[in-house]
Amino acid sequence: MRPTPIAIFFAFVVALFLLLPLIAVVPVSFTPARFLSMPTNVWSLRHYQALLDNPAWLQSIWLSLRIGILSSVIATLLALMFSLGIWMFRPWFGSLLFGFVLLPMVAPPVVSAITLYFFLTTLSKVNDIVAYDTWVGVAVAHAVMIAPFAVVMITVALAQVDRRIDLAARGFGASVSQRVFKVILPNIKFGIFTAFFLSFVLSWEEIGVTLFITSVDAVTLPRMMWMGLRDNIDPAIAAISVILIVIVIAVILAKTAFTHKFSRKT
Amino acid sequence: MKSDRLKPALLLGPLVLFLGFAYLVPFLGVMQWSVTLPEPGFGQYGKAVTDPLIQSVFFRTFRICLIVTICAVAAAYAIAYVWVRGTPAQRLVTELCILIPFWISVLTRAFGWVALLSNRGLINTWLQATGIISEPLTMVRNEFGVVLGMMHFLIPFAVFPIASAMRSLDERVFLAARGMGASRLRIFWSIFVPMTMPGILGAGLMVFVFALGFFITPAILGGGRSVMIAELIYLRLFQSPDWGLGAAISVILMLIVGALLILMLRLVRPNKMLG
Repeated sequence: MRPTPIAIFFAFVVALFLLLPLIAVVPVSFTPARFLSMPTNVWSLRHYQALLDNPAWLQSIWLSLRIGILSSVIATLLALMFSLGIWMFRPWFGSLLFGFVLLPMVAPPVVSAITLYFFLTTLSKVNDIVAYDTWVGVAVAHAVMIAPFAVVMITVALAQVDRRIDLAARGFGASVSQRVFKVILPNIKFGIFTAFFLSFVLSWEEIGVTLFITSVDAVTLPRMMWMGLRDNIDPAIAAISVILIVIVIAVILAKTAFTHKFSRKT
Repeated sequence: MKSDRLKPALLLGPLVLFLGFAYLVPFLGVMQWSVTLPEPGFGQYGKAVTDPLIQSVFFRTFRICLIVTICAVAAAYAIAYVWVRGTPAQRLVTELCILIPFWISVLTRAFGWVALLSNRGLINTWLQATGIISEPLTMVRNEFGVVLGMMHFLIPFAVFPIASAMRSLDERVFLAARGMGASRLRIFWSIFVPMTMPGILGAGLMVFVFALGFFITPAILGGGRSVMIAELIYLRLFQSPDWGLGAAISVILMLIVGALLILMLRLVRPNKMLG
């Protein structure tokens, strides 16, 4: 039963709704004016130039990259160990633990934000590395927020592994570490990579929690954009948005093309 | 035997300890704030429940979230239908239309709505250029903008559970209905929709829960005029410092969300939601 023209029409309206705000950003980024407006006759690249000229933008991009890498390494590693533990040993309290580690994902972002604000301001009293408004502090907070997503991704990958391979390895006397490194990990390496990639993207885009735990020193890219959006809207936001949208579209198209090619071959 | 007990602990321990230290204990700390700041007792909870201003924010949050949930689920149903049942080309196009916004940051998407709806934005410029209107329409910094922006953020999330419910249907049911002479419309309303109801309810509850704790989009598109509960917590923490009240509202929000999540787990099996 293929969709009728009416069904396709409704889906088209929704698709348009989903894409329209992304399209609207493009002309705004080429306005010659200092304020948010549509270019009339003259198209200008001044807001793209502003991104390069203002060191604050490049600094925030560099900061977001560092935070994204550190937090996704922490989150993916911890999530990998945890998911392996659940999959291999199937403890009776497993579902309870699983529910617990998903907490930062299901709690309202604002509750997580006030919680991590409490965490980092308390730690600030005893050290200044993992502290409020420091890059390591933000990375640790991000790791808390993204670890549940990494757990879900890796658990999904593990669910597709045939348990009999592991049983066979065990039967031949493989130790736990041999089972992990020689049998299970090679089978889920794509899942681990996906978890790492998703973790990085989530940290790179994170704003809800970041807003609570930074003020003037650890200004990440989203925090920088937030500041430009709150008061007088800076069209430089449009320029950076266009760049981010282009990157996302390129990655998704590449991935789609890759999967189509791959699925045709097999 | 001892090492058999130790190995699970070595694998499971680090993440559990990390989240216990960095999330659970601080959350208990926030709960402590709510009953000790500024003075010990449950005064902040009393204030959060009785203060007319906070009541009106709670009321507005529920109203906006309800509107957003209904609209987002309906829109997600329409696009999921073509994504699941369309021709391969239609499927590819709808998939891209769902995935591209899904991966773009909430800030960029909120800004996109500002660029679309503001006084000098795409829609107003176009309407004025064609002479349909002379004065720009006010579409952002009010509830209208908040609802559109939140819908835009939540539709992709609603699509996934609905699509997985649609995929799990048995095609032979529709063939049987057809064979017995049911029209396409009748098949859709009397069979297809009721059979995907678990997906609809699951998506609805999930969207509602997400919407309740929503902060960035309402703050940008509401422009401080239609404050929702999450933004209120932010304001109580950073603008008019009243940490006890902010913490108390957070705990109440957490309780509401917890109750809704339990309801969701009762209604839909979680493994069906992941698709």
